[in-house]
Amino acid sequence: MIYAVAVFAPLVGSVISGLFGRAIGDRAAELTSILCMVLAAVCGAVAFADLVWGGATPGVVPIASWFDVGGFRAPWALRYDTLAAVMVAMVTLVSTLIHIYSVGYMAHDEYPTYRFFSYLSLFSFAMLMLVTADNLAQLFFGWEGVGLASYLLIGYWYDRPSACAAAIKAFVVNRIADLFFVIGIALTFFRFGSIELSTIFAAVPSHMSDSYVLFGHNYRSLEVIGVLLFIGAMGKSAQIGLHTWLPDAMEGPTPVSALIHAATMVTAGVFLMARMSPVMEAAPIAKEIVVVVGASTALFAATVGCTQNDIKRVIAYSTCSQLGYMFIAAGVGAYQVAIFHLITHAFFKALLFLGSGSVIHAMSGEQDMRKMGGLWRKIPYTYAVMWVGSLALAGLPIFAGYYSKDAILEAAFSAGSAAARYGFVCGVAAAFLTAFYSWRLLFMTFHGESRAEAHVLAHVHESPPVMTVPLGVLSLGAIFSGMGFRDLFIGSGWPHFWRGSIVNAAGNNVLEAMEKVPATIGTLPVVMGLLGIVLAYAMYIAMPLLPNILARTFRPVYLFLLNKWYFDELYDAIFVRPGFALARMLWQVADATIIDGVPNGVASLATESSAQAVKLQTGSIAVYAFTMLIGLVALLSIFLLLR
Amino acid sequence: MSAVVMNWIVALPELVLAVCGMAILLLGVAQKRENPLLASMLSIGALVLAGVLVVSGSRGQGYEGQLISDAFSTFLAVLILVGAALAIMLSLEYNQLQRIYRFEFPVLIVFAAVGMMVMVKATNLMSLYLGLELQSLAIYVLAAFARDDLRSAEAGLKYFVLGCLASGLLLYGISLVYGFSGSMDFARLSRAFATPASVSAGLVVGMVFVLAGLAFKVSVVPFHMWTPDVYEGAPTPVTTFIATAPKVAAMGLLLRTMIVPFGHLLAQWQQLVVLVSIASMVLGALGAIGQVNIKRLMAYSAIGHMGYALIGLAAGTEAGVRGVLIYLLVYMVMSAGAFAVILAMRRRGMAVEAIADLAGLSSTDPALALLMTIFMFSLAGIPPLSGFFGKFYVFLAAVQAGQWTLAIIGVLTSVVGAYYYIRIVKVMYFDEPAARFDVRHPAISIAGGATALFTVLFLAIAGPFISAADLAAKALFG
Repeated sequence: MIYAVAVFAPLVGSVISGLFGRAIGDRAAELTSILCMVLAAVCGAVAFADLVWGGATPGVVPIASWFDVGGFRAPWALRYDTLAAVMVAMVTLVSTLIHIYSVGYMAHDEYPTYRFFSYLSLFSFAMLMLVTADNLAQLFFGWEGVGLASYLLIGYWYDRPSACAAAIKAFVVNRIADLFFVIGIALTFFRFGSIELSTIFAAVPSHMSDSYVLFGHNYRSLEVIGVLLFIGAMGKSAQIGLHTWLPDAMEGPTPVSALIHAATMVTAGVFLMARMSPVMEAAPIAKEIVVVVGASTALFAATVGCTQNDIKRVIAYSTCSQLGYMFIAAGVGAYQVAIFHLITHAFFKALLFLGSGSVIHAMSGEQDMRKMGGLWRKIPYTYAVMWVGSLALAGLPIFAGYYSKDAILEAAFSAGSAAARYGFVCGVAAAFLTAFYSWRLLFMTFHGESRAEAHVLAHVHESPPVMTVPLGVLSLGAIFSGMGFRDLFIGSGWPHFWRGSIVNAAGNNVLEAMEKVPATIGTLPVVMGLLGIVLAYAMYIAMPLLPNILARTFRPVYLFLLNKWYFDELYDAIFVRPGFALARMLWQVADATIIDGVPNGVASLATESSAQAVKLQTGSIAVYAFTMLIGLVALLSIFLLLR
Repeated sequence: MSAVVMNWIVALPELVLAVCGMAILLLGVAQKRENPLLASMLSIGALVLAGVLVVSGSRGQGYEGQLISDAFSTFLAVLILVGAALAIMLSLEYNQLQRIYRFEFPVLIVFAAVGMMVMVKATNLMSLYLGLELQSLAIYVLAAFARDDLRSAEAGLKYFVLGCLASGLLLYGISLVYGFSGSMDFARLSRAFATPASVSAGLVVGMVFVLAGLAFKVSVVPFHMWTPDVYEGAPTPVTTFIATAPKVAAMGLLLRTMIVPFGHLLAQWQQLVVLVSIASMVLGALGAIGQVNIKRLMAYSAIGHMGYALIGLAAGTEAGVRGVLIYLLVYMVMSAGAFAVILAMRRRGMAVEAIADLAGLSSTDPALALLMTIFMFSLAGIPPLSGFFGKFYVFLAAVQAGQWTLAIIGVLTSVVGAYYYIRIVKVMYFDEPAARFDVRHPAISIAGGATALFTVLFLAIAGPFISAADLAAKALFG
């Protein structure tokens, strides 16, 4: 019951603030949605605590029937197990903090804010439906729901063309991935005869050797399903190839970036891998693909993050990169580690985004780090929390990221396969870059000479308490969540904690093996992180001219990174422009010429033939009689010929 | 055939109607002061009486095989009588105002009705010709009834000359058939054609001539040329009459002639009927587009509709004949209704006939505009109005008989036809209003309202009509 309240309270908040926001006013709408979120957060925390320490039994909370057509059954039901409860607790908590923060952040917005809060709550509801889904249809409902909310929130400032374009881009790119996801669901139903999770999981062993014939080759069905589900996950989680929407999504208000594009929605893909672990465990090739893609993303996004100048874009690429880490963990079979990093990342990434939001707020909307600098004296609180977030992100000891990132690299190292080794190497390299771009951000924003314009500088002020308190809470999470949850999530008692909500195949003992990696491996990320910080210090504090010199010396490399590996340009050339050309052709040739031309042509043909048809009607009786006789002769001849 | 004797009772309705007609004529002549209203009322009475006799009369053959009274003839005779009565009713005001208010008018319609009833009962080429000529002569005179009007006189003359040509073709065909088969009796001809392979060329040539002569009467391509001119020139009540009852009679006659004596030669004449039907549908659809005179438009519409009706004949099946009969019923009612509205088009006593005169009718006379809209949509064949069902049954028969071409062309030409019907609706509802029409005569409102009701409610009341048409079609295939 409490669990259901946690899921549905945001929906209530969304409906009230969305439908009645105009009537009850912004303040009331904000208050309603926040109260609903607080209620959800409390219920979510209680449900989580109940399951972990209170001895509640995992199960399913039935809500209503949805589809029941022939053999196809998909009820509305909430799955109550550790994996879902962890996610519910995290989503409701972070979402609540971001709701509260938004009151301050959106205070100066020119539009009424009830719409914003309605969308935020709607998003939270959809995300909760996603993580509590008991069948793939409901999961897909949540999946699309968060996609919709994301679209609405990216395009929240609908009078900015760039925001609308970003919203459409996010929607379309996700749609491409969703297509594969849907096919994956369809194939699952085709193979298992059900889309209910428990039925599928129970039947996995009996379908181990099933195969599909695709393009003349035989593929194991479970591998195919695993790859399709992963492609779906790639879209939501912005993995390399389908990541292009995430940086652009920063067009939305910063709380949106924090909630959707850092802490929760983008982790849906990772969650999906963990949720479908029984299937993924039976698909080793799909898992290797997961590792390779995740590792590539982690490294790729980190390299791009080093050259971006927009404070939010740096963090956006950082998110991409961290998601890559999570996929490395999921791919090597350490789903628990992936979820652990997901949770710690949610805290420190939300913190970083909200902190950068606080900076932007202070700078009257300026996002370009080249126009900042020396802010630390003016906004010391924000400065402090950004330090906390960066330390957590870089994975320095005590801070949350240290435990989770370390665990991921240890898991990758101990998994042993070639793909895992690739993941390990990429992960270590990315750890170095992560620390570098984090401190580059800190130094460019808060240190050195101020490069801001005078009137902006005059306005710089610390954010109001409604914004700083959530930052404080998230800072606590960024500091202590790693330390606090490590033992629970991946410590020796993990089987008792997860209670089968994540399945590791019989031969998969990564979690045990990672305890035994050499100490050097454990300290490697920290060393890399410190090196990254030193380099950033050297380049942006000690020798501020160095970056320019490097950029000029290695210009092609710099441009390659600055332009994000030219992914957008590539897609533009391969898909977008041919697509537009095709559409234009269909419009001008197929529609305007053929589709319109045929009826218009037929119409004018009819009018013209009409004029011809009545030409014979001269009024002369002789012509009439002649016509009759000619007609008779014609009929007779036809008749005699055909006879 | 020896069993068949005089049995004159089967012709009782015709005899009574003919006698009544002559009596009314005598009465009219004898009266010092002409009283057309009385003559009209008496004529309608005579038609009703004949109707009662038709429905209650005995069935069977009479006059040594010259006539037959069966479900087929009954169905059509009732339609003819209704059409004739409607025409008389609608003529009253018009004739009065156009100064052609004479007692001969209803009498001529009565005589034409007698001829038509003979046509639908004829089972011999001789009686067929007799009925046809009686009807035609009466209508020739009617077409020229406004004899001071140049157009009316021209229409009558044209109709007469071309009608004579058609009669000549028909007679020549009859003589060929008689010459090659030695009989004019339908039953005997049917037996003679039982083995189509042995039928001589001369005989089938005769059959084509007969077909041509009858095609003239139903005004199908290429024997349609008279239609627009006569429709336009004749006084509107006469046009109303020509557009309704004679169409029914001629189509009935064509059906019986093609199905009963020439039924075994279906494979031979089917292709001709298909061609004629397609040509009529196409010309009816195209010819009407450019018209500015609504009576002329109705003439092309009639050509097209007769083309649709012929689809049923081309199918050559019982379902096809049933389709034609339903089509005739539906068409007669809706075109009578449309002409009732056309008769209401008059300003300061003068009849107006241009489509443009209907402009903005919806604001000057919403009821009349609604009636016309109903008839136009029905003529276009839009469900749930009766016109749709007329088309539906013939198309259905054509498809069942494998005549896909006909059905498809029929549907396509309906689309073109819909354009000019709906254009009239557009003119009435969306164009700038023209001056309002004179106050309507109650007869027009009653006839228009009744036919509109039938057209709208056909969906609900179609059952008895369809079973009657079913019976009639069965009688033909007996």
